[in-house]
Amino acid sequence: MSVVVRQDPQLLGVNPPLIQGGKDFRDVTNDISSITEAKVFETPMKYWIALACTGSVLALLGAMLAYLVANGVGVWGNNRPVGWAWDITNFVFWIGIGHAGTLISAILFLFRQKWRTSINRSAEAMTLFAVMCAGIFPLFHTGRPWRAAYWLFPIPNTDLNMWQNFRSPLIWDVFAVSTYLTISALFWFTGLVPDLATLRDRATGKVKQVVLGFFALGWRGSAKHWRNYEAGYMILAGLSTPLVLSVHSVVSFDFATSVIPGWHTTIFPPYFVAGAVFSGFAMVMTLLIICRYLLNLDNYITIKHLENMNKIILVTGSIVGYAYCTEFFIAWYSGNPYERFTFFNRAFGPYWWAYWMMMTCNVISPQFYWSKTLRRSIPFMFVMSIVVNIGMWFERFVIIATSLHRDFLPSSWGYFRPTWVDISTFIGTFGLFLTMFLLFARFLPMIAMSEVKGVLAHEKHAFAAPGTNQESHEEAPKHA
Amino acid sequence: MSLVQISPASKTGPKYWRSLDQAANAPEFRQWVEREFPSTAAEMLDGNSRRTILKLMAASFGMAGLVACSRPEIRFAPQARGQEDYVPGQAYNYTTAIVINGQATGLVIKTYDGRPVKVEGNPDHPASQGAATALMQASVLDIYDPDRSKLVMNAQKESNWEAFSAAAAGLNLGDGAGLRILSEAVVSPTLESLRGQLLAKYPAARWVEFDSVSRENERQGTMLAFGQALNVHPQYDKARVVLSLDQDFLGLDTASPQATKLFSKRRRVEAEEDIERLSRLYVVESQFSLTGANAEHRLRAKGGEVRQFAADLLAGLTAEPAAGEGKRAQFLAAVVKDLKAAGKEALVVAGHRQPAVVHALAHQINQALGANGSTVTFTSAARPDRVDAGIEGLKTLTAAMSAGQVNAIIIVGGNPAYTAPADLDFAAALSKVATSIHLGMHVNETATAAKWHLPEAHYLEAWGDARTSAGVSAIQQPMIDPLYGGKSAIELIAQLAGTPEKGYALVKKFWTAQVSEAAWRKALNDGIIGSGAATVSPTVNAGAIASAAAAAPASAANGVEVAFVPSSAAWDGKYTNNAWMQETPDSMTKLVWGNAALVSPKMARDQQLANGDMVTLAQGKYKVDAAVMIQPGQADGTVTLSMGYGRTRAGSVGNEVGFNANLIRTSDNFWYAPGFTVSKTGGTHVHATTQEHGTMVEPAELGGNTRPVFRETSIEEYRKEPKIIKEMVEVPELVSIHPAVADYTTGYQWGMAIDLGACTGCNACVVACQAENNTPVVGKDQVLRGREMHWLRIDRYYVGDEEDPRAVEQPIPCMQCENAPCEYVCPVAATTHSPEGLNDMAYNRCVGTRYCANNCPYKVRHFNFLNFHKEMPDIMAMVHNPEVTVRMRGIMEKCTYCVQRIQNAKITVKADGRQKEGTPREIKDGDVVTACQQTCPADAIAFGNINDPISRVAKLKKQERNYGLLEELQVRPRTTYLGRLRNVNPELEKEA
Repeated sequence: MSVVVRQDPQLLGVNPPLIQGGKDFRDVTNDISSITEAKVFETPMKYWIALACTGSVLALLGAMLAYLVANGVGVWGNNRPVGWAWDITNFVFWIGIGHAGTLISAILFLFRQKWRTSINRSAEAMTLFAVMCAGIFPLFHTGRPWRAAYWLFPIPNTDLNMWQNFRSPLIWDVFAVSTYLTISALFWFTGLVPDLATLRDRATGKVKQVVLGFFALGWRGSAKHWRNYEAGYMILAGLSTPLVLSVHSVVSFDFATSVIPGWHTTIFPPYFVAGAVFSGFAMVMTLLIICRYLLNLDNYITIKHLENMNKIILVTGSIVGYAYCTEFFIAWYSGNPYERFTFFNRAFGPYWWAYWMMMTCNVISPQFYWSKTLRRSIPFMFVMSIVVNIGMWFERFVIIATSLHRDFLPSSWGYFRPTWVDISTFIGTFGLFLTMFLLFARFLPMIAMSEVKGVLAHEKHAFAAPGTNQESHEEAPKHA
Repeated sequence: MSLVQISPASKTGPKYWRSLDQAANAPEFRQWVEREFPSTAAEMLDGNSRRTILKLMAASFGMAGLVACSRPEIRFAPQARGQEDYVPGQAYNYTTAIVINGQATGLVIKTYDGRPVKVEGNPDHPASQGAATALMQASVLDIYDPDRSKLVMNAQKESNWEAFSAAAAGLNLGDGAGLRILSEAVVSPTLESLRGQLLAKYPAARWVEFDSVSRENERQGTMLAFGQALNVHPQYDKARVVLSLDQDFLGLDTASPQATKLFSKRRRVEAEEDIERLSRLYVVESQFSLTGANAEHRLRAKGGEVRQFAADLLAGLTAEPAAGEGKRAQFLAAVVKDLKAAGKEALVVAGHRQPAVVHALAHQINQALGANGSTVTFTSAARPDRVDAGIEGLKTLTAAMSAGQVNAIIIVGGNPAYTAPADLDFAAALSKVATSIHLGMHVNETATAAKWHLPEAHYLEAWGDARTSAGVSAIQQPMIDPLYGGKSAIELIAQLAGTPEKGYALVKKFWTAQVSEAAWRKALNDGIIGSGAATVSPTVNAGAIASAAAAAPASAANGVEVAFVPSSAAWDGKYTNNAWMQETPDSMTKLVWGNAALVSPKMARDQQLANGDMVTLAQGKYKVDAAVMIQPGQADGTVTLSMGYGRTRAGSVGNEVGFNANLIRTSDNFWYAPGFTVSKTGGTHVHATTQEHGTMVEPAELGGNTRPVFRETSIEEYRKEPKIIKEMVEVPELVSIHPAVADYTTGYQWGMAIDLGACTGCNACVVACQAENNTPVVGKDQVLRGREMHWLRIDRYYVGDEEDPRAVEQPIPCMQCENAPCEYVCPVAATTHSPEGLNDMAYNRCVGTRYCANNCPYKVRHFNFLNFHKEMPDIMAMVHNPEVTVRMRGIMEKCTYCVQRIQNAKITVKADGRQKEGTPREIKDGDVVTACQQTCPADAIAFGNINDPISRVAKLKKQERNYGLLEELQVRPRTTYLGRLRNVNPELEKEA
């Protein structure tokens, strides 16, 4: 932080400051904290309307899961041969969404990408909520979630007296996802500590002070605290980084280790990870644009942030497109007739529409981001972020359902049709996700104040007029 | 995986495809898909769903009052004091016999604590030889049918047996001039004797036998050909060349497994030299039957054209048939040549649905070939006086009833109000009879038309006896007291004849009058009594046949010909309310829960018909609406509509399922009705089939190769290159980084081999598996969602031309892979490998991730998507095999090789060895028999210890034609197939 890079003011147009509006440290604290401290009627009405909507959808999820548990998986459209359909599609979809959080938090942190600071907190929160949504599906897709505790986790038990089958990728999944959830939660919470302390210090009510005080872990902002904090944060970032790669790789093993053509491919781990980052960034984009609008955060989430994310979407979208092509090439090149048929069937079989939906949304649409105008157009990127996630959902559906519906023996071929329960359950998970996110945005500092201040201090020097240089390291970020 | 190569089409043989929709990539299939997508109502709330039906069933049962399971009333040894050798909870087997439309088959019934649960064939009985058909397997479920009639009904009101007895005693029948008795074909010696008594008491009474499915035409044919009524016994095992003139002897034209048993003796290749003995089958028929599917060569012809074919064939035997163009001429020439070459080893059989003259022509051809007495034998089929039969008998009866000449009619079994030809309007005639008494298992269409309805005992609840057409009898022993207090036919007739007695007394009295007490006891044990009737050697009366052939009207060429066949599931309506049968896919159409108007692809194109289109079949005043299904191989210009559906009073399972063929079936055109019009109504219907549309042939863009799933070749090719079947796919050597986990070279190693050359695709194994393993019935709605539960299924593929294909049938049980893909993916190790090579399922460990099913290349794992057993009425749960767990929802299940039978065999041999030799002995071949294997009429399934070199399965697996399905995946399936060797006539089929 001590190295000050001076920037030519003429380049401001190319590389604008990350925080706009001439904010100083006090402004940052006030702007962000005031959201959480606002009285009920001070929060914009549009927020409460949004929360009411998402809450209703969350209730739908609860109803659908209760209906499922009462009757069995038969209320979904799953069948033989399509044993997994929307359930696992949704699981992979949500896990993928979660990827952007860790990527933004950890990898961009390690790469010293300062633009992450405005968005990392919400991205991390999004990760947590997405993993929660994802977790619903493996738990409930058995139809008997009460059995999950003993099969998901290696808990000593008397009815089995045996361990799980550690050869099963589903068990790997359990460990991968729960590790990911734990680390992501720790990382998120660690980052929150200085901001919680800020809120604690500003809190007026006794209850608030105690609760915030408890979670602030006695943070006083001393240099020692900061040193430990920085080290801890760095370690957690280091731990999280391999997880970005591992979680979705492990999820992809669910398919890659099977014998089913269309599943049994070695390209899956990198391809899944790229896809996850792709969809995760798109989801962050959707959420940030909404929050920016709902909570007036234009100065903190600037067009530069959004543009950077669009660049990542362009890169990962292209990787995904490349992977699709590679899959096809290998299916042809391998000479394996079943593999060839599966890919032919994907594109031209009964699910052709799902395949071409995926291709259009994931491969063609990100290419628009080669244009800077489009990359910086908020309406365009909002639509695009949704298109990308539709495409990524279809990618998982194509991989899972179309591979299963026609495999080796034509006699056992089938067709999957979702029921209204399938559809409502999936919609319901958005209710959970958005409700959690809205609650987070209202009750916790959505933007990492302490980190933004770091950037602010840095930029203060960077964009200061020549001759008015100040020593930035003396102004190390601390709670105001 | 990438090393796997399917050989080019030329090496894998013909192209396989499964349905026209796929072959044509039909838009209607897409439409159907779209119509179904997305589904807007959950099946749980669907008013017509099976679950609702079961609720109704439960309710109806509850209202009727629970009738507890009870043991037969006559106790030979009281249970209370304990019985020597009786172990509660252990299975006991008893012999009995079943009669379906006058065809008797000896059975062995497995019972647990007085509860019959499983039907097996009686190995000693000539009509069974150890096998049972699908219908017989399912007949055990009928006992526990909650819709069964429980009360005596008088004028639709509740009554009781005492009231009936009083009313019966009060009948003033005089000499019986106004008395008629209508029954199905009587093959019970005891009933025949009681009939004699009754007719003696009422010297002017008449007895009419009517079956909607019968061998009456065969009988008429012998009268025409030989001048005497004879039973015909084709000896399929003695025939080298068989020509079936529309006789579906492997399928719907026989109610016993006997024909398949005999036929399969020359279809199996147990050892290399058997190849020389393989028979060749030619079939001429209109609908694509199971027999047609098993034929080497098949000719499509309208039902009415078969007669001309037979006449041409007869002429061709003496004068060389004129060489002509077209398939028929070639076929005829080849058949003539082949039959002549086979001489007395040839056999021509005529269909039971063909008129007498075709039968007579067949007899004449057989005589000309020298086959009579060699491949076909005859026994006398004389009928006593005052017994009328067939449609003519029923016609006379209804005429007398309508004319008011009948004042009392007793209907013993059957359901004539539903099955009688539409023109006779039996129900209306019945209403003119003052006293009508119906004895039946259900309050069916006839019961509601009759004044009195009496509940009938199921055949497993009552004493009786049954004689095969060859004269061998079997005693029908009850397994359980009548659950609903029903009476048997013999008890009712004895009562009316004035000697009311219990069934046991009647049967025993009859037999002990003829044989000793010891012989009677032996008969009960063996399930067989008597050695059969003497064969006769009749001579054909060529002149009579020639004049009959000349006199018979030429078949009407105009209009569509509608053919009626018994349904493979509902038969003629007897099994309509049997849920197992409703869900057993038809062997050819794979249709469940309904029937369809089968039309040829050409006819569908010409008339713009698509699968599921509702059409009206009409001729004059007779018409019925039915849904079309396009059936490749159907003769053009014909529609086949199976019987037994569209019933209004079958019960909660069978009501309003399918379309009623009897509405257009008339006494003049009982089997083939020409002159019909087919017009679309505009409506549609969704058929539930268990095989979705798909093709075995890869798309042309991918080279159009055939997946080597069902493998077959001609004998010629096989002789030239015995490895041809094995080499249809290249199997690379398995290279693994893992050391071998298990040693499969020692101990019992269970394996199965299925001979595709012998398997006919008859479904007996499918239902046997369902009965043995408590597999649930899921209902039409769930079948449409692809959730049927049969552990063993039969895959049907069409081969060749869309219009006139061949068909092949392949049973698919679990392959019990040694490298099972299902096992390693299970997170809780609920499916694991046993040291004996079984892929075991631990149901209580299964949590239901369905990963195993996804990863199964054969898709033989079945998931309980809903609690399919939950709402089953208690009474129906009595059919469950106590040795097999009933699975709740959320559990995966699959074929276990009947592991309960393996374990039982281990216990048995242990005890047996101790008893006899002092040490436990090893399981020998034949000690363990799986349910599918046991009932297979073709003995196509071999099961046993593959480490035992003298076991049948080990020997079969050594054959060159043994192959593992998808063995290129290196899963090492324990179930393997023996490729079919087709004894093709090179003149009719050039390439293999």
